[in-house]
This record gives sequence, C-alpha cells and structure tokens, in this order.
Amino acid sequence: MLDQLTYTEKKATRDGFGAGVFELGNQNDQVVALCADLVGSLKIQKFIDTHPERFIQTGISEANMMGIAAGLATAGKIPYATTFANFATGRVYDQLRQSIAYSHKNVKVCASHAGLTLGEDGATHQILEDIGMTRMLPGFTVINPCDYNQTKAATIAIAEHYGPVYLRFGRPSWPNFTPADQKFEIGKALLLNEGTDVSIFATGHMVWQAIEAAKGLAAEGISCEIINIHTIKPLDEEAVLDSVSKTGCVVSCEEHNRYGGLGDAIAQVLVKNNPVPMEYVAVNDTFGESGKPFELLGKYGLGVDDVKAAVKRAIDRK
Amino acid sequence: MTNQELKLKSIEYRKKILKYIYHAKAGHTGGSLSCVDILNVLYNKVMNVSPANFDDPGRDRYVQSKGHSVEALYVVLADVGFFPEEDLLTLCRYKSPYIGHPTRKVRGMEQNTGALGHGLAICAGNALAAKKDNLPLNVYTLLGDGEMAEGSNWEAMMLAAHYKLDNLCAILDYNKQQITGANADVIGLEPLRQKVEAFGWAVKEVDGHDVEAMADLLNNAPFEEGKPSFLIAHTIKGKGVSFMEKVLKWHHGVPSPEQYELALSELDRELEKLTVQV
Repeated sequence: MLDQLTYTEKKATRDGFGAGVFELGNQNDQVVALCADLVGSLKIQKFIDTHPERFIQTGISEANMMGIAAGLATAGKIPYATTFANFATGRVYDQLRQSIAYSHKNVKVCASHAGLTLGEDGATHQILEDIGMTRMLPGFTVINPCDYNQTKAATIAIAEHYGPVYLRFGRPSWPNFTPADQKFEIGKALLLNEGTDVSIFATGHMVWQAIEAAKGLAAEGISCEIINIHTIKPLDEEAVLDSVSKTGCVVSCEEHNRYGGLGDAIAQVLVKNNPVPMEYVAVNDTFGESGKPFELLGKYGLGVDDVKAAVKRAIDRK
Repeated sequence: MTNQELKLKSIEYRKKILKYIYHAKAGHTGGSLSCVDILNVLYNKVMNVSPANFDDPGRDRYVQSKGHSVEALYVVLADVGFFPEEDLLTLCRYKSPYIGHPTRKVRGMEQNTGALGHGLAICAGNALAAKKDNLPLNVYTLLGDGEMAEGSNWEAMMLAAHYKLDNLCAILDYNKQQITGANADVIGLEPLRQKVEAFGWAVKEVDGHDVEAMADLLNNAPFEEGKPSFLIAHTIKGKGVSFMEKVLKWHHGVPSPEQYELALSELDRELEKLTVQV
C-alpha cells in the first residue's frame, strides 16, 4: 500500500482551488467569487473570465470582503471569499465571528498561502494560527486538503454543505498523489496506509511528509498507519480511535503552531477516550522567516526526519 | 399613514421603549430614543416589508448596524405585527430571544448585529446581490455616529460607490454623543458630509425627528442615480424626555420609578398636545 503512494507531478494546492472553483462555477450559478486584490495568487482568473458577472473585486479590504460575502449569502448566493490565509483569518476575525459564524452564513472562506511553505515572503504572511482560530468559531467547518486533486475536490464539495467553511491551502508545487476522480466527503478521514506500530494523523502538505517518513521507517521495520485528516473540524473521531486502538500511539503532523491545531484536536479525543502516547510535529510556538519551503520545513521541525523522530519517540513511550 | 398618525406613533413608541427598558432594568435608552423616529418612518412609510412578505426575496431589507439601540427596533417590529408586544416583557431575560442586540431568532430581524462596523458591509453585499438578481429592492441600514470610527464602514463605503449601489441607503443617527462623551471629544467625525461625499455617496441632511421630512427624502432615494444614499439624520440623544436629552448617563441608563413616571407624564403631555391639534 505504501509503495502505491507515488506521484507523477507536483502541482500547487492553490491551482487545485482555481480549477475547482472554475468547474463549480460552471455547474452552480449561485456561486460567486470575491477577492481582495490577489486574483493571480488565488488562481481564479479562469472563473473570472468565464463568469465576470459573478466575480466581485473588493480591493485590499479583507474585513469588508467578509462582510460583503455575508451580505451576498443572505441573498442566497454561495460566496467564495478568497485571499491569503493570514488575511482571511487573523485580520478579519471579528467579521468571521460576528458577520458569518454567529448567524451561520453560507460563506466559504478560501485561503491560500497558509503556513511556512509560502516561502520567500516570510513571517508576516506565514500564518500558523489559522486552524486554531477557525476551529474555535461555532459552526465553522475547517478543511486543509493535502494536494491539488484533493483541494479541487474539496472546493467543489463545500458548495453542497450549508454553513461557513474555512478551506486552507498553499502556494508551493507539491506532490499530487490522490485520485483525480475522488469524491470529497467532509469530515471523513482517509486511511492512506495500514500499519501496526503508530498512527500518523497528518493534514495539508504534511500528509506527503508523513508518507515519506513512513517509507523510510518501513525500511527500518517500523509499520506506520497514515491517516489523512483533511477535515480538522468536524474531526473524524471514530477513525482516530479505531486506528489508535490498533497501534497504541500517535503522531500528529501539521503546518501550524503546536497550539490550537490538528494536534490539539486529536489530543482532545484521546484524552477523553483512550489516552495513549502522542507526539506533535508542528511549529513550536514561533514565527517563520524567508526561505525555500523545504528549508523552512526542516528548520521549524516539520521535515521528514522530524516526523521519523517523532514516530520513534511515540513508540518508545508505549 | 398620515403624518399626524406617524407623529403620534413616535410618542407611543417612546413610551413603550421606556416601559420595556424600565421593566427589564436594562437597555440603551438614549440611542433608542434618538433613532426611533427614523425607524417609525422606515417601517410605516418607506419600506416594503411586513410580516406578510418577510420571506419574499423581493422585500426591502433593514439592518440595524448600531445594534445596541435594539429596544427601538423591537417596539417598532412588534407594532407592525412581527410578534406580540407583550413578548417584550421578557427583554434581556434568561432564555428570551429578545436579547440586548438584534438576532434573527426574533421574527422581523434580518441580521445578527451588535459588534459595530458590520452592518454596512453586509447591506452592501445584500444590495450587490439584489442588483445581480435584478430584484428592485432597497437595503437600509442605521449607523451610529460613534460607529463611524470603525474603518470597516469606510471600506464598505468605497465598495458601495464603486459598484454604484444606488439601492443602498445608510442613515446616520447623528446624536453627536457616544458612550464616553461627545463625538467631537472622543474622536472627531467632522467634516462628515464632505467625507462621505468624497467617498462617492450622495448625501442629504435632515432633522432626524421630523418624520414628514424624512419620509419625503427616503421615499425619493436614491438621492442621485448611480450612487448610494447617505442620510445624515441630526438627532438628540434621549429625545422626548427633557431630563434625558443630551445627558450622557442615559446612554444605557435605566429610569428609577419616579423618573419613569416623570418621563411618561412628559410624553403623555406631548401626546395630548398633538391630539388637541387634530
């Protein structure tokens, strides 16, 4: 099963979003896209060219964009409000809370350039707290797909779900290994590899890091179960507990601060139901900096070797 | 509805605002008294919205961005038939939907508001959607003057002008006071008209207690084709009760039994005067 986890090309998850929103736009005329002056970065030009009447440029006013999206939703539109993850969450948290979450508006907050891997722009743009912020908002669904195909599928699927969604994706080209024809099911964790020694729960770009780590560990005789948690909220608790009952220890992997993200979501489930040893692969409560994606992942403890080391620590603690 | 009837309603509304705030021992008295004439005109003279058409996508929309003056809105919504007025005896009580800021749990409310600086953007989005769907409806929002310090309002104003949302009308309850003191002392707002005009809106000014004048203006919006409308309604905080007018503590002051009786007797005298004129 591990051997089958391969890819032929790298593509950016944001391109998956652009392709998804274009396809969705052709199917559903209630879908409107908004953007705060980052059309090129969000890859939505094809949607705009095809449906200019369903695109709203708001300029660099993200808080306003979220309010406008909330207003469009009241009229039955399905707004996809797009910008960088930093400006889609931290900058506009009050709008997400008051104008969107509190009245459960059908707004899709679609955020690119999440995490360290946006690279050169550095810490101001590398948000590592967004999963935590959005997870805390009542009624919000939080999704962080792992590759191009999955981001495309998720982009299309969330239109069928009524309610606010935070869809998080990124900038770099990344291994595209999930099926092109997949059906995306919100809240349904995906078992990528069966294993017996440890459960690795990974989200976003870190799913591929987990796969690479598992391949290396297999050569050392360690059997890793890998589960792709594309939906952090609602968390597939059953999938987590089923896996853990078999392996007896856990590693969580996320391109996010260790506080408030996937690791904490899983830890909550474990503490209540089955407290087993757990290790976090996450950013250790700090800001990022400029660099190439892999340089940054290595420096901030999200490299393949970091995942391997975390697995060994978790197993040792059993 | 005749202008005389509107004027009588305004006084009745003021009495009810005080009644329910007095009963709840909570509420935003001064602001509710300053904006109630605006709401009176909107719901009784201008907007195409009622309990009968509230689920119709073509209805006019009202969003109270200055959500804290919710008591005025509750009283008006009850009067036009959205819910029984006696429900308001539960105002601000545990388990009551009639909480201290608007929520859609109350029939007639379009939006949950309360945090300032949110209503205008939501209304602009709503107006934009109506344009795209070719629905000939109008969207109205009530802004507070203190609230104009929120940058989000000015962002929404830029967008509304850019997209030529002449189906959008913002009304400013300009009573010149906010919780800490006079606007001018807290953070200067003037020259307001020029600022709003510079943002591409068509602006008119009116006495915010003159129901006749407001009805004339609002029924003739947009003030200029292709531009959103901004009505600066000059008001008096605590309007209608002499000892509350322009007195800061009535921002969310609750009257004592004696003050309540005194306030009611003042309003009753006004009512009498108006009735005699008829």
